[in-house]
Amino acid sequence: MASVSIRDLDVSFGALTVIRRLNLEIEPGEFVVLLGPSGCGKSTLLNAIAGLIDIADGEIWIDGKNVTWEQPKDRGIGMVFQSYALYPRMTVEGNMSFGLKMARVPKAEIRRRVAAAAKLLHIEDLMHRRPVQLSGGQRQRVAIGRALVRDVNVFLFDEPLSNLDAALRTELRVELKRLHRELGGATMIYVTHDQVEALTLADRIAVMHRGVIQQLADPKTIYHRPANRFVAGFVGSPRMNFFTGRIEANGNAPVFVSEAFSQPLDGYAFIREPAPGAAVELGIRPEHVRIDADRGTHVASVDLVEPMGAETVVWSRLGSASLAIRVDGDAAVQPQERLRVSFPGDRLNLFDPETGDRL
Amino acid sequence: MTTTHALAPAAARGVAHARGARPRRLTPARVGVYAFLIVAALFFLAPLYVMVVTSLKTMEEIRLGFLFGLPIDLTFEPWTRAWATACTGLDCSGISPGFWNSVKITVPSVIISVALSALNGYALSFWRYRGANLFFGLLLFGAFVPYQAVIYPLIIFERELGLFASLPGIILIHTIFGMPIITLLYRNYFAALPEDLFRAARVDGAGFWMAFFRIVMPMSVPITIVAVILQTTGIWNDFLFGSVFAGRENMPMTVQLNNIVNSTTGTREYNVNMAATILTAAVPLAVYFVSGRWFVRGIAAGAVKG
Repeated sequence: MASVSIRDLDVSFGALTVIRRLNLEIEPGEFVVLLGPSGCGKSTLLNAIAGLIDIADGEIWIDGKNVTWEQPKDRGIGMVFQSYALYPRMTVEGNMSFGLKMARVPKAEIRRRVAAAAKLLHIEDLMHRRPVQLSGGQRQRVAIGRALVRDVNVFLFDEPLSNLDAALRTELRVELKRLHRELGGATMIYVTHDQVEALTLADRIAVMHRGVIQQLADPKTIYHRPANRFVAGFVGSPRMNFFTGRIEANGNAPVFVSEAFSQPLDGYAFIREPAPGAAVELGIRPEHVRIDADRGTHVASVDLVEPMGAETVVWSRLGSASLAIRVDGDAAVQPQERLRVSFPGDRLNLFDPETGDRL
Repeated sequence: MTTTHALAPAAARGVAHARGARPRRLTPARVGVYAFLIVAALFFLAPLYVMVVTSLKTMEEIRLGFLFGLPIDLTFEPWTRAWATACTGLDCSGISPGFWNSVKITVPSVIISVALSALNGYALSFWRYRGANLFFGLLLFGAFVPYQAVIYPLIIFERELGLFASLPGIILIHTIFGMPIITLLYRNYFAALPEDLFRAARVDGAGFWMAFFRIVMPMSVPITIVAVILQTTGIWNDFLFGSVFAGRENMPMTVQLNNIVNSTTGTREYNVNMAATILTAAVPLAVYFVSGRWFVRGIAAGAVKG
């Protein structure tokens, strides 16, 4: 059990500041996913925690100790890389025991730990092979094993599944989740740009953009109550529909008005209610749009229908804005059709177009 | 009927397929290519042929002037004389002392320069210390400085160190001049290695030396072969530094060869000169013949990832 705490972290490469004033508290045993587009600083943050890059300012604490100036090996971390990073001239066993040999662990103890990790990851049969003789999935298992034998409490994963094909990715993702449970209390920090991995694995997700954590919350909150326009747009596929408009007061209930439709906001839980006349952005996820031939108040015209098996995505237009609707796989919707749709009030998201913050 | 018809072409195809593995027929273009290659090979081999046959002739036969003729009276005496008794001035011990001098110069120079360059390239690629780029730029500059321009300052420098005209002196010079280009070679090779590998080694607790010896060097066999070949042939073939920095006692083979060939006393013994020249060139030639395949593989390995 180890906590990780990042305090006022600054990282820059030359004149370029990659991470600015970043704070992050990770509880012991927690599975935290750093999610963001490429170049958002998530891998940089992970490397800073590992001690593999120089930081400009701030402190990093692991398990209650300030490790800001410690070597990577002394931080009590194990790390798994996207490229597997197995030592090509060593066998699987050599790869897994290398770190222990460096730490002068007794031979018998090395054997015991390597055997235990191999059993946990089902790679006992591969121990005498070289990395080139392994498939991608096997290589990544070995890489995970190499981190496991180090007997540490914090594991860092840098996009470990990105180089695998889709089926293997799903398989290893489930296995990682099982591993986290079986290791009971290992803290895991996991970098990915894949939102499915983030949503399935994480206890909490930190969505990053431009070196800043945009939102740190559990997957449900991230998905259903995104803290700003960036998080709302980044998480979810197809992505959230956005409409620009204004707030108008109808009696004392606020109404969202755009060029194409008006939407009453009585079901919406405002954090901060804008004044009437203020410009706002309305967001709704494709699966929350309800097709309702009788009571639908907005009329969308269908452009394209994409059947995906279990579900169908309908791409349509509402005024000049595009509207994606996720419907059941056997729903009969035709291109050129005009659909009456409605937006449930409790599924809406409102953002300030200036700051991007949730309203 | 139809079945036999259907089978016959299939059998014919089978034969055609078996033929397919054989080289294609001679086309005019192919004849042209081979003709060119043969002419080029003859052109470059002609001097070598003349050297070999001349070295096996007696002086009387050489004076007849049939440059391309095979030896009538085959003799190996010029070879033994070249190796053991040919004279440079008053010293008549042949080219063999030069051979051993060259070995004494080349072996340590190659080992030291390649080892230091590998370390240098490793530090430049993976440890990115402050000023590394500036240092690398200066090193590259060093690779392109004309040797002749710095010889005099180097003489002064070595004299001040007390190394001028000594074996360590010439080894130091070869090490210094070998390092820029070999460092460049290693740095580029290391740049193509995945950096995650090095990071994994650091997380595993490997420090500067452990990561170098246990992780990086075992992956660098191809480029090390290239570096050793380049340095061995380069240092063995060196004339200028050897004649300036080695001192009289340690003159390398190339310098001794020159002294034998350009000796102005007595008659010119062409057969001995030819034998001595072939002996001197034998080491780099042998290196290329033995390791040519690895050399090409190593050069290619520097270009691709993994």
